[in-house]
Amino acid sequence: MSADRLRELFATVRDEGRTAFLPFMTAGLPDPQLSPSVFGAIEGADAFEVGIPYSDPLMDGPTIQAAGQMALKAGTTLDRGLGIAGGVAETTGKPVIIMTYANVIFQVGPERFAGKAADVGASAVIVADLPIDEAGPIQAAVEAVGLGMVLFVAPTTDERRVAQIVAANPVFVYGVAELGVTGERKESGGHAARLSERVRALSDVPLVMGVGISTPEQASDMRPLADGVIVGSALVRAVLDAPDTDTALRDLALISRRIADALR
Amino acid sequence: MKLVRPDDRGRFGDYGGRFAPETLMPALDELERAFEKAWSDPAFVQRYHDLLTSYVGRPTPQHVAGRLSEQLGLTVILKREDLAHTGAHKINNAMGQGLLVGEMGKRRLIAETGAGQHGVATATAAAYFGLECAIYMGEKDIERQRLNVYRMRLLGAEVIPVTSGAGTLKDATNEAMREWVRSVEYTHYTIGSVVGPHPFPWIVREFQKVIGEESIVQLGGTLPDVVVACVGGGSNAAGMFYPYLDLDVELVGVEAGGLGIETGKHGASIGAGSPGVLHGSRTYMLQDADGQVIEAHSVSAGLDYPGVGPEHSYFADQGMARYESVTDAEALDAVDLLARTEGIIPAIESAHAIAWVARERASLAGKTVLVNLSGRGDKDVEQIAQIRGLL
Ligand SMILES: Cc1ncc(COP(=O)(O)O)c(C=O)c1O
Repeated sequence: MSADRLRELFATVRDEGRTAFLPFMTAGLPDPQLSPSVFGAIEGADAFEVGIPYSDPLMDGPTIQAAGQMALKAGTTLDRGLGIAGGVAETTGKPVIIMTYANVIFQVGPERFAGKAADVGASAVIVADLPIDEAGPIQAAVEAVGLGMVLFVAPTTDERRVAQIVAANPVFVYGVAELGVTGERKESGGHAARLSERVRALSDVPLVMGVGISTPEQASDMRPLADGVIVGSALVRAVLDAPDTDTALRDLALISRRIADALR
Repeated sequence: MKLVRPDDRGRFGDYGGRFAPETLMPALDELERAFEKAWSDPAFVQRYHDLLTSYVGRPTPQHVAGRLSEQLGLTVILKREDLAHTGAHKINNAMGQGLLVGEMGKRRLIAETGAGQHGVATATAAAYFGLECAIYMGEKDIERQRLNVYRMRLLGAEVIPVTSGAGTLKDATNEAMREWVRSVEYTHYTIGSVVGPHPFPWIVREFQKVIGEESIVQLGGTLPDVVVACVGGGSNAAGMFYPYLDLDVELVGVEAGGLGIETGKHGASIGAGSPGVLHGSRTYMLQDADGQVIEAHSVSAGLDYPGVGPEHSYFADQGMARYESVTDAEALDAVDLLARTEGIIPAIESAHAIAWVARERASLAGKTVLVNLSGRGDKDVEQIAQIRGLL
């Protein structure tokens, strides 16, 4: 499975005039054994973003940070995380995007990491602390095995950088919809519309909005602005907050179903 | 080769760079441009040095520690950063960055702190320049550095306890970075050591190199055989070493050996770590086989950090400086040694440098050793009294 799977998805979504739902979930939360059920409980996904946890996640707010810590404590390693991602790709038949941090990749080496990600059937890679300035070696390794590289554009990104980022041929641009780290927000800072306009003005590369999107209403607001929406903290919190596994799975199904419906 | 500044990608050889969320990249660019402009403007440099003289109390003294020298059988010269305003070298950098913020039009400073010295320095700069201030500090460090927590609050700063991880400097740094991602439009992150994404390691070294420059002038034409400084992130060491790099002296950085390197409980990022990416730059760090950061351990909150500045990684690989470590116990003994021979209670951080000299006295016999006394120990008295059972 390769970047082409994602390209096809965005082409289809555009044809159908809708916005794709890309749920994020931490691999190994609450523990690696339960991951297949956790990912399996998520409804209405067009593609999955599977987070390989990192001890020091600079881009993540308290919810995903806590999830990462719990998953690491429960014995989630890079290989187990990738195995979980592979399982998701296989059982759902949907594209899987691996999300992690630079150090996790550099420790095994970009080539070996990319090879492992390709072996489990992933489609793309997101690295939260990898700006385009440092992306070279990882992007080259990822693309060499047929996967797509995702690059970020933030509300603070200036025109010169936006141009540089879209020109680097990411499989999609991750539009950071809110200033700040991942996490739920009651109110939107209203950055997404302007950001979308700026990216669209320069390129028709697929644009996926993430960060601070956690309710069906917020997701729905993104429909005119983006090809896809990433929702993470709201789903992760459902797992973290649940008193038991059954509740977690039920809540996950409910929340994801509502968001998916809001995008249709 | 001494690098006057890192390359265009912010690298010192293989180390450094900018591994940060995209949201911060324009702020890092802006900071680099602002610093570049200010630092090449003689009027700015003059203002910085005037501030160091009139407010910080520079030059700090440098003198031979007579009784210590006699006891160790070598000549120990102390550079007294403990006598700078607020009690440590951290103030040089905090005032420099505070002055720079004026050029950038931001209204709020945030910072991380371990020992609390950088937090106090930043709170001081904020008060001096009339800026808002929030300091992130691990809850374990809040416990062992209570005096500095009170000082920061007196200075008008908000001290925000960080409970994640081990509640030490690494976690405070994560939280300050995350807060910067949230508030970058009006906030400057006053990073406290020669760490973080480019241009921080360069800026902090430039603001700290006054230590070494002064020291060379104060030596009046003679040179020590060895220059020693403790290394947490490495700012006091970078500031002391940098002007000496061109000269024929041996440079030794002393990392936290904690309970002993073999126990795995230490802060020796160069001595026992490997290259990776931590807090925005590629550098030596403590990590496991999966690239997860291993928590550091040190009795001193200021050295309790699993990374080190990228320029030190470069110095280490190039053999431009040597990095050693001493244990918690050796550092605590060195506090007593300096207190009783010289009437100076050093910060436990600084005592690491003294401890290495004391341990190596045989191989250093007859030599002249310059030690950067990075800070004073007032903040540590309560902790030391507890450890020693005096309280
Ligand atoms: C007195 C003193 N020395 C040294 C350090 C370590 O920092 P660095 O290695 O950046 O000089 C600290 C940090 O808080 C400190 O307070």
